[in-house]
Amino acid sequence: MKPTTYLPAVAGLALCATGAMAETPVLQVMTYDSFVSEWGPGPAVEAAFEAECACDLQFVGTGDGAALLARLQLEGPRTDADIVLGLDTNLTAAARETGLFAPHGVEADLDLPIAWTDAEFLPFDWGYFAFVGNAGAEAPASLQALADSDTKIVIQDPRSSTPGLGLLMWVKTAYGDEAPALWADLSDNIVTVTSGWSEAYGMFLEGEADAVLSYTTSPAYHLIAEEDDSKVAWAFDEGHYMQVEVAGKVAGTDQPALADQFLAFMVSEGFQSVIPTTNWMYPAVTPAGGLPDGFETLITPDTSLLLSPQDASAMRDAALDEWRTALSQ
Amino acid sequence: MAHSAVPVTARWPDAASAVLVLVLTLGTLGAVAWRAEWDAGLASADWAAIRFTVLQALLSALLSVLLAIPVARALARRRFWGRQLLITLLGAPFLLPVIVAVLGLLAIFGRAGLLNDVLASLGIAPISIFGLHGVVLAHVFFNMPLAVRFILQGWLSIPAERFRLAASLNAPIWRLLEWPMLRAVVPSTFLVIFLLCLTSFAVALTMGGGPRATTVELAIYQAVRFDFDLGRAALLACIQFVLCVLGAALAWRVTGNDPVGTGLDRVVQRWDLARPAVDYCVIVLAAIFLLLPLAMIVLRGLPEVLNMPVMVWAAALRSVFVALGSAALCICMALALALRGGLMVSVVGVMPLAASGLVVGTGAFLLVFPFIRPADVALLVTILVNATLALPFALRSLAPAVAQIKQDYGRLALSLGIAKTSWVRLVILPRIRRPLGFSAGLAAALSMGDLGVIALFAGQSEETLPLAMYRLMGAYRMGSAAGAALLLVALSFALFWICDRWGRTDADM
Repeated sequence: MKPTTYLPAVAGLALCATGAMAETPVLQVMTYDSFVSEWGPGPAVEAAFEAECACDLQFVGTGDGAALLARLQLEGPRTDADIVLGLDTNLTAAARETGLFAPHGVEADLDLPIAWTDAEFLPFDWGYFAFVGNAGAEAPASLQALADSDTKIVIQDPRSSTPGLGLLMWVKTAYGDEAPALWADLSDNIVTVTSGWSEAYGMFLEGEADAVLSYTTSPAYHLIAEEDDSKVAWAFDEGHYMQVEVAGKVAGTDQPALADQFLAFMVSEGFQSVIPTTNWMYPAVTPAGGLPDGFETLITPDTSLLLSPQDASAMRDAALDEWRTALSQ
Repeated sequence: MAHSAVPVTARWPDAASAVLVLVLTLGTLGAVAWRAEWDAGLASADWAAIRFTVLQALLSALLSVLLAIPVARALARRRFWGRQLLITLLGAPFLLPVIVAVLGLLAIFGRAGLLNDVLASLGIAPISIFGLHGVVLAHVFFNMPLAVRFILQGWLSIPAERFRLAASLNAPIWRLLEWPMLRAVVPSTFLVIFLLCLTSFAVALTMGGGPRATTVELAIYQAVRFDFDLGRAALLACIQFVLCVLGAALAWRVTGNDPVGTGLDRVVQRWDLARPAVDYCVIVLAAIFLLLPLAMIVLRGLPEVLNMPVMVWAAALRSVFVALGSAALCICMALALALRGGLMVSVVGVMPLAASGLVVGTGAFLLVFPFIRPADVALLVTILVNATLALPFALRSLAPAVAQIKQDYGRLALSLGIAKTSWVRLVILPRIRRPLGFSAGLAAALSMGDLGVIALFAGQSEETLPLAMYRLMGAYRMGSAAGAALLLVALSFALFWICDRWGRTDADM
């Protein structure tokens, strides 16, 4: 328990208390909310890293991935963060442009379905976007088949949600110039567009739609945490767009050595073994014991789709316009 | 105000309140604009968003008020067992966090909801709730209870003596008493709801079914989160304020002067109470519409309440602390401003409604960040912002009551040379107990459910209950989240009930 106080009136005291602890170096990791939560990887990662670093690892949670970047942009060079963890490849181009990041310098043997060469951003986990539906129901075999069917889906808004943006990129990568036509075909399948993943997933569980845009790993949560095998992800012929979640070192960090140590730790067993059943994603480096039981039941797409950060950033606004036009008809 | 015949009260409390409101609304907007790199104007999509926003807000406000009038009238005229409880319960939808209310509504009106089950058993094709009608339905669900409360208060404030006089003269109550009261109460109620719907974001998007239903607030969200275009965010936030000021000016113009004079605070005895069936029908329909979704939330959350992780209870405690703090601050500010009165106060009083939650949060962050670690002041800032955001409701409820007292007792008090503290303590406070309790309850409940600012500021150990609920949902734990939602509803409601109840003790009604 950190010496924080709930009473603003004594906030000053808390500052003094933090000052008194200054002998232990503090590494501040800015990340998204669900990473830090009690069920996220945060607590286990903190315990494992603090056991080897003789430091105090502090997480600062800030909404979702997009909120994380906005927060960093707001703070600018004055930020106290030493590490930013939880951006994805749709955001790294903009993150790089801030000029706030330094090369990570880690040589790791990553188990990603794609080659990884980014000098500033190092992956810690990854997954495939997918539509998740109920087992036993008719499952379309492609985006086009879904668009041609009567199946009802809930998706997230690309302007406010990472999966929503992922679907936008998925359709654009798979269909290119034909993307507007696919969106037009899909529009009568879309029950509604929610602002965040939680709303959409909640609505799906309540029976509001046949499927929801989520991850291929979502059924693993239900299977492992709830012993419920009624949820399945649909494998699509076009391939599945990937989300690669990365971390980067803030150039202006006052703890460069600790930050380097953390990044090296991030792709090691202590961090990676926690990821599958806390973040419900694939670890960037498969742990020695392999993936937890239940992960072998998940679909594994034959084709992995992913735009480079530059392409993702360049294509984003046009793709958003196409999406908005098609769904506003 | 120097020109009205009332004892002069101290100037600083209302000045301080006005300054706080201005800092948190225009000040935060200024901070965002200051940080912006100005290069782009509004896109055509932004204009579409503005049109949709105004359209849905007008429809929602119109329908909420039109439906609230018969309900308030029925509740004002009838006495029945459980009436008090019903009035309090009817206020509940307004206190719900957005996501909870949306899931509750969908449990009734959604594809797999009760209504479509009933339709299916009758062989009727299912209806879809998503679209403009869904947005309006959700906003009416949220805001009609508020309209009912405001208008009911108007009805109850017509002195019993007036009704007696009208009865003895056999004069038309509607034209002489009720219509002038509505002219005085309805425009400002309409304005408050219009502004509430103007800044809607998640409800409009989710119920609207897609990007057609983009509101200005969502466009602001996009500008900050997606494009990091603070200039456009500031510009859009300005447009919200302009719409707010236009609306406020219009409402101020059409507001009638309530000619009702003073009375002796007696119970109204009505003799024009034929056809009770119509009134009871209205009450039952309103109760079904407002309480069924609430019942679904309770049903879903009940089995989960005891399985929730411990941190949810800690977050709940923190939320109660924040709620009490902002309620106390809110009614102090509202009282100070109400004692001052005047157009300026009316404008300051509605400004928080037009403020974009995200711009307030972002601006406050920019103001605080250079000096203090944001997490250290997370709860303090949350209290300040929530007190300010609840101020319009408190002021809307307190200001007419205080103005009436000034008009009725001001000269008498002045001629008696009553001291300013005694004026407030002996004349004002006892007479505004009901709106005071209502305002405190509303402010407490609203800040209980708020998610706007805390999400930007909070770290792990400043988590409030709504934030904990969202984090549970984000981690697939929909069951525990439903439990947390029920706890949130129960606590908000309990705070509201206690304050509201306090306001009614000693009152005849």
